[in-house]
Amino acid sequence: MTDTLERETVTTGRSGRSGRAADRSAARVTRRRRRSLSGNDNLVGYLFVAPQVLGIVAFVLLPLVLIVYYSFHEWNVLANTFRFVGTENVERLFSDPKVAPVLGATGIFSVGLVIGNLSIALLLAVLLNRKARAITLFRTLFFSPVVVSLVAWTIVWGFLLQDDGGINGLLQLVGVEGPNWLREGPTAMLSVIVVQVFKNVGLNMILFLSALQGVPKEITEAAAIDGAGPFRTFGRITLPLISPMILLTTIITIVGSLQVFAQIAVLTQGGPGISTTVLVYYLFQQAFEFHRFGYGSTLALVLFVIVLILTVVQWQLRKRWVHYEN
Amino acid sequence: MKTRRRPALRALFYVGLSLLAIPFVFPTWWMITSSFKPIGEIFAFPPTLWPQHPTIQPYVDAFTEQPFLLQYWNSMYIAVVVTAATMLFSAMAGYAFARIRFPGVNALFLVVLVGLLVPSEVTIVPLFQIFNQLGLVNTHWPLLLVTTFGAPSVLATFIMRQYFVTLPVELEEAARLDGLGRAAIWWRIAMPLAKASLGAVAIFTFLHTWNLYLEPTVYLQSPELFTLPQALTRYTDAYGGQMWNVQLAAATMTAVPVLVVFVLAQRQFVEGLAQTGLKG
Repeated sequence: MTDTLERETVTTGRSGRSGRAADRSAARVTRRRRRSLSGNDNLVGYLFVAPQVLGIVAFVLLPLVLIVYYSFHEWNVLANTFRFVGTENVERLFSDPKVAPVLGATGIFSVGLVIGNLSIALLLAVLLNRKARAITLFRTLFFSPVVVSLVAWTIVWGFLLQDDGGINGLLQLVGVEGPNWLREGPTAMLSVIVVQVFKNVGLNMILFLSALQGVPKEITEAAAIDGAGPFRTFGRITLPLISPMILLTTIITIVGSLQVFAQIAVLTQGGPGISTTVLVYYLFQQAFEFHRFGYGSTLALVLFVIVLILTVVQWQLRKRWVHYEN
Repeated sequence: MKTRRRPALRALFYVGLSLLAIPFVFPTWWMITSSFKPIGEIFAFPPTLWPQHPTIQPYVDAFTEQPFLLQYWNSMYIAVVVTAATMLFSAMAGYAFARIRFPGVNALFLVVLVGLLVPSEVTIVPLFQIFNQLGLVNTHWPLLLVTTFGAPSVLATFIMRQYFVTLPVELEEAARLDGLGRAAIWWRIAMPLAKASLGAVAIFTFLHTWNLYLEPTVYLQSPELFTLPQALTRYTDAYGGQMWNVQLAAATMTAVPVLVVFVLAQRQFVEGLAQTGLKG
């Protein structure tokens, strides 16, 4: 293998220097190169994919197999105990009184985030889908939170949402007594969702904008000539045409919402009670605060299965629901 | 079009947009202005939109309370190394998967697709154990390795492959006739054409790495090794209370440089990300 590679490199180098000689017997050279190149090609192919594939095997697939293995063991890092317990962790999953509220909080967070994020993103995309100098400025403003460091963004919102913080200060100016946003059940969840919505709306807005710009003008103009109002045109023509992008952003946003950790850790630490303890935060607590690696792995497995189901659903929906341009 | 015809409607449109922009812009404004307020003014009522007694003391404190300069360097070098490595490896793998028909290519690509399905939060427990066994906990190695080869780089490989698939075959044929080998075709022909996709990969890899929070929290214990997001949450006084103005000064120093780069290069940012979304 190495031998072939070296010879090929040498040939390439030489013919590179004396291109004119190669020209004269172009056909013969090409034939020879084609043959040797395919052997060389395979080697280059393997070498090129090797870092990425080996990296995925070591840092994604091996750990994925290990969480299944760990799930069948009780493993307390502090006590240094590791023993086979069969399905005990899975049984605990069903008897743990916190699992249902945690999954509930995860669901509320995801649904709230998707509805808030996508509706605002679509509204902004429609409003900004026109050409004007000021529009570019507004796009920049709406997009800017995406590039603000996540923890910095969360900290300043946490600051604004304090009992004596900026938001309650502004409310007090108009005579309204605001709640202690992050310390009361329903408003804590609402706050976490809102902070995350404004952080990432800009990303989906840009994706919707690019989809809207792909809608052919002739179609919407034809609909207008046929007497359809702007809302009807949007509902019947534009919306179906951008449905692939809506589906894509929905799945990206849901999967992203399942991974939320920093916002919870900084704003509420899962509280008050466990009302904002989403699955990833609960997994983190079990594994790294209570040192239950076995049970933590089982929870990770639950997270993986949820993401897997969502991805399969996405592929099924893509086949059935989405409009295709041919 | 309608707004052009009626100036009043047009004005109303922009007023509406400005109101909508408040929750997007105000937090950043509040972060920057509050970071210049003395502690007594930070919770003042009525709230002051502009610091009445501006001070740079919070910025000084940010550096004395924690090894902030070192933490800044940690975040910066980790993000740069991970971004460069991801660009290289994802471009190599993406090119090979798109253009080279070597035996087993489909099976190996399946490995990448499976990698795309696994969020990094799922694998954090076994990865911690692996790095613990290797004695690499409380070093930067887990952050460098897992981020370069784990979840974000898998998406990068996918994006690069999607681009290289669209490359015209004629370009490569011509390069072959000129005597270029595979590696040279990749480096000299394909790579220069892939600048937009590489830019998109660079942007989202950098932002992802710059924002990492769960991984540093799990792997790092010494303040000298902390990255910025982790450091920002540790500005507390002797009683465990948050030192808000110091925290906001540190947050401003973390967020504003990236924001400035974004404003300067926003076309590349926005187009690159839109392209990524379209193709991914």
